[in-house]
Amino acid sequence: MALRKVAVIGAGMTKFVRRALETPKELSWEAARMALESCELTMDDIQATCFGTAPDAFDGVHMNGEYCSDGSGGWGKPYMRSYVGGGTGVFVPIQGWYHIASGLFDVVLVVAEEKMSPYYPHPQAAFMTIFDHTTERPLKPNLLWIFALEMNRYMTTYGIDKKDIARVSVLHKRNAADHPCALLGDADITVEDVLKSETLAWPVQRLDVSPISDGAVALVLAAEHVARRLTDKPVWIEGVGWHLDTTYWTNRDLVYPRYVEYASRMAYDMAGIKEPRKEINIAEPYDPFDYKALHHLEGMQLADRGKAVELYINGTAARDGNMPVCPSGGLLGVGNPIAAAGLMKIADLFWQLRGEAGARQVPGQPKKGIAQAWGDLMQVGTVVIMGR
Amino acid sequence: MNERVAIVGVGWGGFKPKTPDLSYKELMHEAAVRAYADAGVDPRKDVDSFVTVAEDFIEGTSIFDEYVPDQIGAALKSVHTITGDGLHGLATAYMLIRTGQFDIVAVEGHSKASNILTLNSITAYAQDPVLNRPLKLNTHFIAGMEMHRYLYESGTSLEQCAGVVVKNRQNALKNPLASYAADLTLTDILAGPSLAWPLGERETSKEVDGAVVMVLASGERALELSEKPVWILGVGWCNDSPSLESREWAGLPYIEEAAQMAYRQAGIRNPWNEIDFAEVDDTYAYKELQSLEALDLCGFGEAGALLAGGAFDPDGEFPVNASGGSLGIGHLLDGTGLMRTLEAALQLRGEAGAHQIEDVEIGLVQSWRGVPTTSGAVAVLSN
Repeated sequence: MALRKVAVIGAGMTKFVRRALETPKELSWEAARMALESCELTMDDIQATCFGTAPDAFDGVHMNGEYCSDGSGGWGKPYMRSYVGGGTGVFVPIQGWYHIASGLFDVVLVVAEEKMSPYYPHPQAAFMTIFDHTTERPLKPNLLWIFALEMNRYMTTYGIDKKDIARVSVLHKRNAADHPCALLGDADITVEDVLKSETLAWPVQRLDVSPISDGAVALVLAAEHVARRLTDKPVWIEGVGWHLDTTYWTNRDLVYPRYVEYASRMAYDMAGIKEPRKEINIAEPYDPFDYKALHHLEGMQLADRGKAVELYINGTAARDGNMPVCPSGGLLGVGNPIAAAGLMKIADLFWQLRGEAGARQVPGQPKKGIAQAWGDLMQVGTVVIMGR
Repeated sequence: MNERVAIVGVGWGGFKPKTPDLSYKELMHEAAVRAYADAGVDPRKDVDSFVTVAEDFIEGTSIFDEYVPDQIGAALKSVHTITGDGLHGLATAYMLIRTGQFDIVAVEGHSKASNILTLNSITAYAQDPVLNRPLKLNTHFIAGMEMHRYLYESGTSLEQCAGVVVKNRQNALKNPLASYAADLTLTDILAGPSLAWPLGERETSKEVDGAVVMVLASGERALELSEKPVWILGVGWCNDSPSLESREWAGLPYIEEAAQMAYRQAGIRNPWNEIDFAEVDDTYAYKELQSLEALDLCGFGEAGALLAGGAFDPDGEFPVNASGGSLGIGHLLDGTGLMRTLEAALQLRGEAGAHQIEDVEIGLVQSWRGVPTTSGAVAVLSN
């Protein structure tokens, strides 16, 4: 039998901001309800639920997936939570895809939620416990430091100027000014603003980094025969890929994300894409730091190694460019509630490909988009290719 | 799409209350090496995707899926984690293969419970942080409340619950993997200390360390790889309400739903007649009886009498937990579903040794994620 086609038919998302009033399950339900309403379905139509959230430490709840199950529509239904660290947001739709492609279900709800604000004084501390308890934790590493190592390696290897990397942050934050759910959209930000911002761990400065926030995003996925009945504008999940590299990140050359390359190749093969640079109209690489968008574009084979920054210099990456990058505003602009941020990229491709992205709509009726997320110890790549 | 999926390799490591000589990575490695050898596959070349099950707080590491790939041969391969029981992992591998994009998928689940000093305090952190945690509810206390309600509504007796412990720990005498094998009487169990009345300390399974890895393959590949493939006829999983206040306490609607989902796929209409044996949840003794009823093997309130009559003995009408179950083998935390699947697979391959049940064709496996969850999964297997 041929592969069963799976479509996204509805999407919803909450504003990304500090959400002190809502519990994680309430945030999940807010996004789930919007996604259901967008395609005029109710929970009665949903056969199974897939849920994504990053470390339990943020919510401070053991088995956070079980705790959030009612809010995300898992009550009385087959329900599972998948987990690949920061890559989770782009993995949950993959989980939804295999639920339907397996033939077991026709309509599946996909929800990703993250609430980082309860972690006091700062959610960075939750990341202290992601490191190896014997070899790394005694050194008290911090995510900003290890990404500073990676950024430095990337800049040094290719001789890239910080001024050019800052262009990424500027473009994404400017794009986010058009996103109604964005936390840090800024239409007037300049490269100078980024370069003048506080240094956190050289070469990482405050405006090189995406803001922490709370939020949730949800999608409704359907098998082809259902999708065609429910909507005139299904957006197909054409390719999926994910790869996890070795735990020992200190033994790897951090200059190039091979795991993103392998995940992308897996997705391109499935989608039948031979020349991604010609066939992909919109790219949503994971951008928790500005250099990461460049790093990932290279892993996704959308730029030569060390050359991704040229897409920003020559205008290709702009919203009206040849291959817009993060027209949503990305994590740098919309915000980075970990798992929800990844699914935000998928939701935005859904809106872009349907021509429903409002002020951030990419011109030229885009046909294919790719979204990617990254996580764990600079270790996992998750990729979804969508088309109409 | 691949219609059929089979288990073609099984492996295990540990299965001891304490394994100070082995890290969780070494336990996983041991299980993986055995499973790949059993299936005759090379993880670096042949396995298309890997699924692991784990929970951060249990492992003591945030984003624990960082630490899984190397020791199971999965570095720089397609790997993901499900925060569920091993049976959720099995269901995930089953779905991956059925998409047609993957031919061979490995599943891993483990427990390094001996590293955890305060398991009850960790499971208490799974309770609602606003409504329940301030009440400082002990995990076993919640189980005791559930047992009380179950006994009250079903008419099941304390003796019948104790009978589950006697049976399972005696069954374990014939299972070399079992750590808690013992020849006990009903009086021994009932005279034990109370944990959270009516739940007794001796009716509660104890944790063990261990890892289980399984290799699943599409129908075509399974027939090439294995002379004794164990076919997955159906899988089901379901959640009830996560909140203590709004859930069903006497019955297990989520197990009923999960079972019906698996039976539908397997084409099973009368589970008691069509299935030959079962490995089901016995985290607490009463759970075995409650689960058997939810699995539609008998009516609500009937399992206790059937047990007392010997129907669930290894030589009875419908053997249940012939391996010894969690009470006899020990509880492998989220590795438990795979432990039960391992026992069922060995039975269906005729390799269960001294506790082999004669002439088995279809086996049933069921698991529960423990207090305070209402999350369970079911699989129907066949040789």
